[in-house]
Amino acid sequence: MNDMITIKYFGEIAEAINCKEEQIAAKSDNLSELIEELNEKYNLKRFPMIIALNQNRIELNDDITIKNNDELAILPPFAGG
Amino acid sequence: MERYKRQINLPQVGKTGQEKLRNSKILVIGAGGLGNAVLPYLSAAGIGHIGIIDGDKVEENNLQRQVLFTEKSIGHSKVDMALSKLKSLNSEVDIKIYDEYFSAKNAIGIADNYDIIIDATDTVSIRYLINDVCVLANKPFVYGSVYRFEGQVSVFNYKNGPTYRCLFKKKLTNVINCEDAGVLGTTVGIIGLLQANEVMKMILETGEILSGKLLLYNTLNNKQDIIKFKRDDSLVVNPEFYESEHLSNEIIHLTAKEAIKNDSHLMDVRELGELPEIESEKILKIPLSQLSSSLNQLTKDRPYAIFCQHGIRSLTATKLLKNNGFIKVKNIQDGALVIKKILENEKEKSIY
Repeated sequence: MNDMITIKYFGEIAEAINCKEEQIAAKSDNLSELIEELNEKYNLKRFPMIIALNQNRIELNDDITIKNNDELAILPPFAGG
Repeated sequence: MERYKRQINLPQVGKTGQEKLRNSKILVIGAGGLGNAVLPYLSAAGIGHIGIIDGDKVEENNLQRQVLFTEKSIGHSKVDMALSKLKSLNSEVDIKIYDEYFSAKNAIGIADNYDIIIDATDTVSIRYLINDVCVLANKPFVYGSVYRFEGQVSVFNYKNGPTYRCLFKKKLTNVINCEDAGVLGTTVGIIGLLQANEVMKMILETGEILSGKLLLYNTLNNKQDIIKFKRDDSLVVNPEFYESEHLSNEIIHLTAKEAIKNDSHLMDVRELGELPEIESEKILKIPLSQLSSSLNQLTKDRPYAIFCQHGIRSLTATKLLKNNGFIKVKNIQDGALVIKKILENEKEKSIY
């Protein structure tokens, strides 16, 4: 069975892709591959963004393994005030 | 002290806490939505010294969220209007206003006079400036920002903790502000008060500070998330970096001859296979299209000299590197042909 990953989106990104939170069955246990999958689905590359795995900010180029029930957050910096 | 009785009654405040508030010096950068939320509460609480910097004038479309201003304020300087309102709220507070924008030139001189710096601005690029000023001046940086119904709050550079650059490493600037995106006064008010609350806790030395933590707040569903992040020591903010990043943003150009003469590290940013090919162990080949993903293979303080065919793509590459903290990078104006010639001449000389 594939690992289920929860993904939360914030700000401009959530609005543009019309999704605040979703659960997906990851095809691979490699985080970079999952991000690539999301890139293809939503064209995330157009946004400035950072990524957190289980509430910890991580670098995209890290070679990180994901597991069942992991939570990913994808967010841009906000500008307004 | 009657006016502060309700907060002095708190065991976390007391008379000593009130004294700490009275001795504090807080700088609020920006008198827009966030500033208007932060300022009255800090003043009412009896913060002793408050600085406000903003060069804007009040506009009608500010009144929906910038509650210190009235209809009569329209057209007047924001800091003047804020000053008179805050003075009538608490005449004991010493308020200094700066009717100008916070910029690389005035930043350090102003920030030096305060203990805590509050970011109440509305663009991303100024937050990198505030960050670097706070690192250099060793002050905590209370960050707040808003996108429609969501807000972000964090405290950077608190007791040597992580900074804005540790969170948002790449300079991300194509982010839209409130005026473009739209915002409710209540949302920006909530985020501003969360910032003010962090300030109170820092002064009173109580509770947990949002250091190394980014609070994400959604006012539509009242959900909160906290993202933890760590200090990244690979980026050093020092006076040289500040100078090159904020004061001398001009790109330094040089000729191929100069670059080779002073042993710069040559970098070819042409795409693979472009002619003329130059075979030399002195040249690092990173196509422009791959440059931003190859930054971690490069050394920030190395004097790279960038070239391409005609000095145009190399200029783009030079700017990109500069924005990522490569302070010694230079652009070679003449291109690959000239470099090839010089290197071949050198080779011949060394043979004979």
